[in-house]
Amino acid sequence: MSTLRLRGDLPERVDLLNITPLALSGLSEAEAGRLAIGTSRRGLTLGDAFDISLDGSDSLVIEGGSSRLDRVGAALSQGSIRVEGDVGQRLGEGMAAGTLTVTGSAGPYAGTGATGGTITVEGDAGDHAGGAVYAAKAGLDGATLVIKGAAGDGLGDRMRRGIILAGSAGTYAGSRMIAGTIVVSGALGDHPGYGMRRGTLIAGSHGALLPTFVETGTPDLVFVRLLAQSLKRLGAAQAGLLGGTLRRYSGDLATLGKGELFVTA
Amino acid sequence: MSDLILNGIKVEDTFAEAFDVAGTAIIVTNDTPKWAMIAATVMTGFATSVIGCGAEAGIDAELSPEETPDGRPGVRILLFGFEPNGLKDQLLKRVGQCILTCPGTACFAGVDGPHKIKLGGAIRYFGDGFAVAKRLPDPQGKMRRYWRIPVMDGEFLCEDSTRAVDGAVGGGNLLFLGRKHADTLIVAEIAVEAAKAVPGAILPFPGGIVRSGSKVGGRTKGMMASTNDAYCPTLKGRAGSALPPECGVVLEIVIDALTSQGVAESMRAALHAATEIGAKYGLVAVTAGNYGGNLGRHHYHLRDLLEKPAA
Repeated sequence: MSTLRLRGDLPERVDLLNITPLALSGLSEAEAGRLAIGTSRRGLTLGDAFDISLDGSDSLVIEGGSSRLDRVGAALSQGSIRVEGDVGQRLGEGMAAGTLTVTGSAGPYAGTGATGGTITVEGDAGDHAGGAVYAAKAGLDGATLVIKGAAGDGLGDRMRRGIILAGSAGTYAGSRMIAGTIVVSGALGDHPGYGMRRGTLIAGSHGALLPTFVETGTPDLVFVRLLAQSLKRLGAAQAGLLGGTLRRYSGDLATLGKGELFVTA
Repeated sequence: MSDLILNGIKVEDTFAEAFDVAGTAIIVTNDTPKWAMIAATVMTGFATSVIGCGAEAGIDAELSPEETPDGRPGVRILLFGFEPNGLKDQLLKRVGQCILTCPGTACFAGVDGPHKIKLGGAIRYFGDGFAVAKRLPDPQGKMRRYWRIPVMDGEFLCEDSTRAVDGAVGGGNLLFLGRKHADTLIVAEIAVEAAKAVPGAILPFPGGIVRSGSKVGGRTKGMMASTNDAYCPTLKGRAGSALPPECGVVLEIVIDALTSQGVAESMRAALHAATEIGAKYGLVAVTAGNYGGNLGRHHYHLRDLLEKPAA
């Protein structure tokens, strides 16, 4: 297990795109220390900000978090990264495989464009978790994003595939969804599923519903059972929600209308 | 040719000749075991011989809710064809007409293998553009793709594709030479139950038993197969009859399995089960059908099956 220990407060936002177990595996600690992570003209390196201990393994622990740690695990394609603390924006952006865990909270756009692997945020996630960054075609794109606390607004905005689990979410959850599944054990804010084309939103309750969602009753669907089986491993609270009766709404009929919102009846 | 004896019953020292076939499996689930079985029974109907029916199919096992992907009671169905393309056509026809149509039913891949066969990925067009695909991890974490097709009782959920295996074998068989029809039927029934209990093996004929064993060709021009006259009791005594004077009826069981070993173990189980009760029901002998060894690659010598099956 390799370790990066944060020395103290960061003087600027840092970009950890290139700091993965695979990238570090062939490097000595001195070489790793010279990797650029700064985002200003200061030329901040990994060695400037972290005490580095490498053993060539495929697991990396970052001790000491900061909301200035951006794009943690963004290029992860194998192995695991565990952050003991908070992270900044775009956690696991475009990640392809592996396991990414944050014991604290994450900033905005966690899991954006991630195509595989599992991202777990044990605290809260900022706005647009699993959502698309500006000009991107898609948000979460196949990965699994588990937020144990609360998610902000625009959860899974324009997400394309994959699964998002969260404890609660703000407004416009699942907005402009292309496809995928979002299960929130608690409440969603106002206007869930705004402009969603396909995809599944499931929640304990929700705020104001768009007029372009229509109720389709409380069907007992095999898909919900199957999802419950899949979620047993990922989130007990969300899987439990699926065991009860769910009221289904179909929408957003202002667009393709193949999406759906299930809410505890 | 010297004869063998098992449990006091004569076993001819011959072999069953079987063929390579394309094989696949699906799991059908429903809210109740009864309706899962109805769907499976209909789907495996008219699937006795690949020559006349396009496929050979049967029910491999009833599954408990813990054994199925959606946690409902289910049935595993095996389907065999000459080659993967023909198998695909038969699978889609049968799922489309028998599983899609059955109330409450869902359909999943039932086997892993090298060849992909579209299932929901083709049947989704019945959904007329309203069907949606969902990708979900199975309990092992492997991503699987499902289609949800709106139907009048809710949704038909069908996995995108199943797999075809290499190494499936069709045509393992045993012939039971008996005295009376009713008694020999009991022997064959007991053999069928033992053969079916082997995982991955089915017996496609009615109740697992066939009475019209065939030979290749016939005296009528154009016949691919005709009655196995050597084993017809009404033709006893003629030159070419293989039946001893005391034999009054012959029943055959035919076995298809996903592996060659499955055929062998299924035949072994059937041979032992039949001979164990054979004396009580007037069983004269057990033999097997072959075409001289020139047609099928797989030969199951009865001599090799005399050892008891593993418990």
